[in-house]
Amino acid sequence: MITKLMQTFISRRNFLGTTLTLPVASTALGVSAIAAEKTKDHSENTHSKHSQIDKESHGGHDSNTTVGNVDHERNGFDPHKILTDWDLGKTHIDSSGRRIREFEMIAVDTEIEIAPGIFFPAWTYNGRVPGPTLRAQEGEHLIVNFINAGTHPHSIHFHGIHAARFDGVSKGDGLVWPGESFTYEMPAEPFGCHLYHCHATPLKRHLHKGLYGGFIIDPDPEKHPENIEAARSRVIGTPENNQWQEFIMVMNGFDTNFDDENEVYAANTIAHEYMKKPIKVSRKRPIRIYLINLTEFDPINSFHIHANFFDYYDHGTTLTPTLKTVDTIVQCQGQRGIIEMSFANHEPGKYMFHAHQSEFAELGWMSLFEVVDNA
Amino acid sequence: MPKLLLQLGIPACLIVLVGLFVTLFDPLESFDTELPPDEGLKIERGTTESDGIDVWVRGNGKDPITIAQVQVDGAYWSFSQTPKGELTRFDSALIKIPYPWVDGETHHLAFVSSTGTIFDHSIEVARPSTALSLGVLGDLALLGLFVGLVPVALGLATLPLLRKMGSRGLVFSLALTVGLLAYLLVDTLAEGLELAADSAGIFQTDVLIWVVAALTFAVLMSLSRLQKKPTSGIGLATWLALGIGLHNFGEGLSIGHALILGNAALGSLLIVGFTIHNLTEGIAIAAPLTKIKPSIFIFVALSAIAGLPAIAGTWVGAFVFLPHWGAIFFGIAAGAILHVIIEVTRFIKSMKKNEYNPFSKSTSYIGFGAGILAMYATALLIQV
Repeated sequence: MITKLMQTFISRRNFLGTTLTLPVASTALGVSAIAAEKTKDHSENTHSKHSQIDKESHGGHDSNTTVGNVDHERNGFDPHKILTDWDLGKTHIDSSGRRIREFEMIAVDTEIEIAPGIFFPAWTYNGRVPGPTLRAQEGEHLIVNFINAGTHPHSIHFHGIHAARFDGVSKGDGLVWPGESFTYEMPAEPFGCHLYHCHATPLKRHLHKGLYGGFIIDPDPEKHPENIEAARSRVIGTPENNQWQEFIMVMNGFDTNFDDENEVYAANTIAHEYMKKPIKVSRKRPIRIYLINLTEFDPINSFHIHANFFDYYDHGTTLTPTLKTVDTIVQCQGQRGIIEMSFANHEPGKYMFHAHQSEFAELGWMSLFEVVDNA
Repeated sequence: MPKLLLQLGIPACLIVLVGLFVTLFDPLESFDTELPPDEGLKIERGTTESDGIDVWVRGNGKDPITIAQVQVDGAYWSFSQTPKGELTRFDSALIKIPYPWVDGETHHLAFVSSTGTIFDHSIEVARPSTALSLGVLGDLALLGLFVGLVPVALGLATLPLLRKMGSRGLVFSLALTVGLLAYLLVDTLAEGLELAADSAGIFQTDVLIWVVAALTFAVLMSLSRLQKKPTSGIGLATWLALGIGLHNFGEGLSIGHALILGNAALGSLLIVGFTIHNLTEGIAIAAPLTKIKPSIFIFVALSAIAGLPAIAGTWVGAFVFLPHWGAIFFGIAAGAILHVIIEVTRFIKSMKKNEYNPFSKSTSYIGFGAGILAMYATALLIQV
């Protein structure tokens, strides 16, 4: 009887409703410490007593965090290194004078630690999530040798321009079975910030397990005389490019309990990694971020920078910004773009960036730039 | 003697042989597939304190569980665990989360294990929890008085009225008592099972409650059957007071627990409701006393046995309550109530033999029905 009675109090609505109609025990019985407050005061209370926690124990923003650190060595990849380790493959010139760029990719099942102490049974390209950031130049001929060492059929579906037989889809014969291999060939075009992912079905499962990565095609400056400076600055290894601080950030999430909702969000897989160890940048050089959204289940993800604004190149397929002077952009699943900004006129300090969906931010996709005079 | 050894030895040897066969040859190997770890976590108590949210958790699965992270309202939050480390079955730990909870609102906790499994718990209405102090214990004691002692004493005060009703009236009031007790029995079991559903599965509390009830019943029956004659008078009233006292202890547990966690507010109307509802318990204790004139001390003692446990219950419920203990107490109470039902029925039967009354049969059934109805009707007063 009592248990049932208590349960009628338990939902908040009932709680409020009941105290509305009943006189309160605190006055009637002197049970002051344990009885509820008078409902008449309740509206006041919700304004005046927003937090019941005392100031010393409320750790502020720092309390919204995962606890501990991820062992990157055991994982076999470090999100700080992923930011800048471009996979340039191997190049040679073929008999017809074409520049060929060749990449090696292998699909393997790997357990990875995605937040301190939380282990996820991932499917990966080359043992890491996101997979290697393939980087080529507009006009090259690309060869990707793919081995499936996993336990399920996989493929690589590139967001680029290619023949149907290299599309890597499960319709037709695009799947590569465990133990088998396949070689993809395609021209490197169009220039921009692209991606690849497994296109085996069920698609959601193959994607959120970790089979995706960045695919960047730098523009060929010769082909863009009208924006030749901008084009040069994007070509990896050039003096113009060295002026920039370039990073790749793949926004992703992990559904650890397979309920089609992500429990962990991040840029480059590890929750809160760039909060605990901020990305050091020099205020003297501009920043370019190749931003790719590969979050599953949630239709969109977003990027927001604190205390600054940036220019945005949707898909990176233009050399002039598609959006100028914004501090937040939205990407649907598979959408990507290039962010360019500068802290030249800022004082040194820690500047936050994160998804502006608070939910994602509070579940791990929260990061810091540490702006210094020299980095 | 050698014969006995043989009788014991043969089955023992056979058991050892079967054990050896199964472990050595593993005939059912094909069923022993590799499964993901069977992790379990039971959240037994969550309170909102001035320094955040405190949660007591217990390992509740076949395999150990490690709490890797904690989410509050869909946000990862810092936390500390005492003692640290993985929780094997039955292990419990205190998780402290420095979360700025909001008065009167709901907070959702999610404990994320190392495999990414989520264990949920909701603080339905966050209220400042109350620290243990003499003042609070005093307030709870006062509450226990109104829920336990006062109604029982008031019920006992109906004794002069019962006495005026003659032997047919006595049969009626005793049958009424059986009806009241039948209601209490069902209610007690229902409450116990509800708590069992709330407690860690590893304790198998949903089975344990029946075991405890049956054991209590068996022990009390064997005690009261040490004498051949049906228990009557003060003896029967004492058994009644004891059973009802155990029930009131359980009731106190629930009230104290709900109040201290801020899950309930007790209005004065509600207190009056409890008093009327539990007054019937006093009538039940008074029924076997109509033929005798006990001293005032007996009444005081009976009221205390039946009513004071409510106070102890509110204290325990407020500060040390765990659902499986609550369920076990309700099991004890159920066993004790079943015992007094048998005793009172036996007393009615013996009475009918001695003082034949043509109306006694229907009277007892009417009394029984009236008892159940009275409990149900007064229960409405405390059902908001």
